Amino acid sequence: MSKNTSAPQSLRSPLGRAKGLGSSRSGVSHWWVQRLTAMGMLPLVLYCLISFILIADADLDTARSWIRQPFNSVAMILLLAVGFYHASLGLQVVIEDYISTKTRRILSLAFTKMIMTAFAVMSIYSILLIALADGV
Amino acid sequence: MAEFTLPKHSKVQKGKIHPSPEGAERTKTFNIYRWSPDDEDNPRMDSYTIDLDECGPMVLDALIKIKGEQDQTVTFRRSCREGICGSCSMNVDGTNTLACLKPIDEVKGDVTITPLPHMPVIKDLVPDLSHAYAQLQSIEPWLKTDTPAPENGERLQTPKEREELDGMWECVLCFSCSTACPSYWWNGDKYLGPAVLLQAYRWIADSRDESTGERLDALEDPFRLYRCHTIMNCTKTCPKGLNPGKAIANIKKLQLERH
Repeated sequence: MSKNTSAPQSLRSPLGRAKGLGSSRSGVSHWWVQRLTAMGMLPLVLYCLISFILIADADLDTARSWIRQPFNSVAMILLLAVGFYHASLGLQVVIEDYISTKTRRILSLAFTKMIMTAFAVMSIYSILLIALADGV
Repeated sequence: MAEFTLPKHSKVQKGKIHPSPEGAERTKTFNIYRWSPDDEDNPRMDSYTIDLDECGPMVLDALIKIKGEQDQTVTFRRSCREGICGSCSMNVDGTNTLACLKPIDEVKGDVTITPLPHMPVIKDLVPDLSHAYAQLQSIEPWLKTDTPAPENGERLQTPKEREELDGMWECVLCFSCSTACPSYWWNGDKYLGPAVLLQAYRWIADSRDESTGERLDALEDPFRLYRCHTIMNCTKTCPKGLNPGKAIANIKKLQLERH
């Protein structure tokens, strides 16, 4: 050890430090669901993207009636739900990777989950508002 | 708050220049990271020019020559000089490797040598691997069984079961892979890193071992195992040509299989 450093921060053994708090016995679900949601989004993104391109030049009523078709509104709601869930899982990994201060990590994780949930609810609610509105 | 400047005494400075011996025709310059715990100086890059006609072919040959003839204070680990002991792992020309297996003529221009990245430095090219060794110990890299050993012989494997261990028993634990992994750089306190995970899978894949479930239990953790994002620096840098990335993928597969 360098003489530049003063008293050691801990005299715990390297093995004790490496074992730490032990395994959390979790992680498979997160890893697997992240991949499942990615696969699930593929057809949904393709369908919605192609549809958006097809009605890109249409007027407001056409767009509204597109969303109001049950198949389309379900596809949109699924895409938003799966998409925000996937984003939330992915952001969690990014935060765990790069934010190492304990409190900052926990707060960022909690904040991200809340924001992602709020976004998901807001966007799905907007779809429902259009889809379930009376008449056109 | 975030720190945007390096701490005092960590900026690498220009160092001493040791010129080539007179009359040398084929020369090569080695820029070597130097830092000593015994003074207050910053780290520096010393440069040594040697006569290639008087030197063996590998980077380790050059280091031994420099230490023997130009500067005895250059400090590095070495033992077998043939890629079996794993001691002389260091960063040569930007890539982690074993100095004894890295031919000098593979490097164009000057050869820059620094310690394995992101590990505490003990002196010059010698990193502190205590934590990495402790992590290896934590996965209990030995045969664990409840069945007593056969009285007059060994625990047997079929040739195919034995083949499962190929590409893993060859690992010499130089930690070139772990110290090339960004996930290990950022979260090495908890993430086990490719070298240790390859060893963990070496025992999971061993048909004679009876602790597979416990081993998988101990690994199922967002940090110990799942910090691996298949960046694959490990496999790219391995001086023995092994594939730690694949071993980690196999562990993840087994975790899912029993999920």
